Amino acid sequence: MILTQEQQAILDGKQGETLAKVMKTLIQYGEVFGAEKMVPVTGRHNHLVTSFGLKALGPVYALMDQLIEAGNVSKQTFSVDPRPLDKKVPANFLQNFIFKNFMYSRQNFYEEQLNKLGLMEKDAFTCTCYMDEVGNKPGKGDVLSWAESSAVVYANSVLGARCNRNSGIMDIMGSVVGYVPYFGLLTDEGRRATWIIEIKTTKKPEAQLLGSAIGMKVMEEVPYIVGLDRWLGTELNDATCTYLKDFGAATASNGAVGLYHIENLTPEAVEQGRGLLAENVQTYVIDDAELERVYRSYPVIWKNPDATPKLCFMGCPHMSLQQLKDWTDKVEAGLAAAGNKKVKIPTVFTAAPAVLAEFEKTEYAARLKATGVITSYICPLMYMNNPLSGKMPVITSSNKLRTYTTAKYYTDDEILAQITKGGN
Amino acid sequence: MREFQGRVIAAGTVKAEAVVSHEGLNTLASFQKALQFGDKTATCGDQNNPDLYGKQMAGKALCLPQTIGSTTGGLVLYCACSMNRQPACMLFSKPIDSLAAAGAILADVWLDNVTMPVIDCLGEEFLAYVKDGMTVTVGENGLVTVE
Repeated sequence: MILTQEQQAILDGKQGETLAKVMKTLIQYGEVFGAEKMVPVTGRHNHLVTSFGLKALGPVYALMDQLIEAGNVSKQTFSVDPRPLDKKVPANFLQNFIFKNFMYSRQNFYEEQLNKLGLMEKDAFTCTCYMDEVGNKPGKGDVLSWAESSAVVYANSVLGARCNRNSGIMDIMGSVVGYVPYFGLLTDEGRRATWIIEIKTTKKPEAQLLGSAIGMKVMEEVPYIVGLDRWLGTELNDATCTYLKDFGAATASNGAVGLYHIENLTPEAVEQGRGLLAENVQTYVIDDAELERVYRSYPVIWKNPDATPKLCFMGCPHMSLQQLKDWTDKVEAGLAAAGNKKVKIPTVFTAAPAVLAEFEKTEYAARLKATGVITSYICPLMYMNNPLSGKMPVITSSNKLRTYTTAKYYTDDEILAQITKGGN
Repeated sequence: MREFQGRVIAAGTVKAEAVVSHEGLNTLASFQKALQFGDKTATCGDQNNPDLYGKQMAGKALCLPQTIGSTTGGLVLYCACSMNRQPACMLFSKPIDSLAAAGAILADVWLDNVTMPVIDCLGEEFLAYVKDGMTVTVGENGLVTVE
């Protein structure tokens, strides 16, 4: 690794022992992946993946204290992944007791640490920090030090920013020292596609299924997708960006995709076209039958596979404003068709606090409330990630939630039918 | 007995009993129970990993292809090390992934009195040869002996 004079001085401890350790951590990390230099973090804000005051993560909070005490806080303000708790989300007495007193007992303490380290504002807790309402939307070419996998793949692919799939803690280290190692998705070479994905479906593919299929096939490689512009168009509007948010999260969680290109749509594909392809690319054709095969391959890990769902989560990653409005229309229409007034399964739509605040200003908010759907800023993953919730039969249209928890995946249409007509 | 040459990610020497995962290790799913409920043996809690589920990971030579799952993986591994519930060493058949690398390096730089040698690029043959219960010795310079 070749360092600048300033970087070498930091490593040598000229700005304190703690900052030297931060620099050493990032250099060692970069060297594992062949980085030859450190480059400045240029994004306006950082985004951190660790949002939860989980009792078990004591060593993380001790490390944060070391940074705070040494005065080595983040050079950029940052948003953070969603909070793990929200009273609005149905939970039984035992769950509430365990969440508050056992699992997330250090939530307030950790949020105080985040404030000291550089939190953008007190409610900057969401995985979709790039929504306009939230205000952490990087520009094309910005170098980032993010870790949340769904945000990284969105920033790289849809916004054209540059960020590796970092681990938690590594994210804040980058903005504390102001540099990240130059490798992987930061480089032109690392952004070239090694797979061509040909979309040959007879209808618009379900975002969450398509992302899952591609993720499981290419794992951490970069796919170049052709034929999807036929269904999505060539403009990055609200509807398309929402689709890509859900699609990308599925590629990143069902595989380990950090960047995808969509022909005629995403910024680098528009600029460079098939010039983005590496030599010797592999090809994967996706048709209706392939999507069906992928859907049928998901294991059902409920104890009783035929159990009646007790909860439905939508919004992993958090829903967009447009998505909340569209789903309000859909749920109303579904209930009317079924002759029901309220949803038949307790249903939670999750979104960023800032998005929910905007939604509340619209006439849709009261209409959605009337259907019985609850809105929340919670992280469904954090809610599910414990033995009590893990035993609940929960349904979702999020392929990320399916992958990391016991939640059962259904397509959007199936979810709508279940919540408006009744379970099973 | 066979020897395999890998690349040193975190240095150190150790001798320990092997526990083997042929699939990617989901770090959060595997360690969460151990960290949350005070299990000092770090019993693997990942029901989706038939090779490791229910087996002790602390103090063992953990042999695996790569880690997978949530990008909290690095900090989960760091916490396991800090709480002294880490494997004796981690031995990767493939090039290490960014999450495991982060965990290993964070532990190496930020924790005193914790040594967890980490070696990667040991090759597919390593993972095909090593079995649960075999004795694994990690020497200097990334040489791994399995017997």
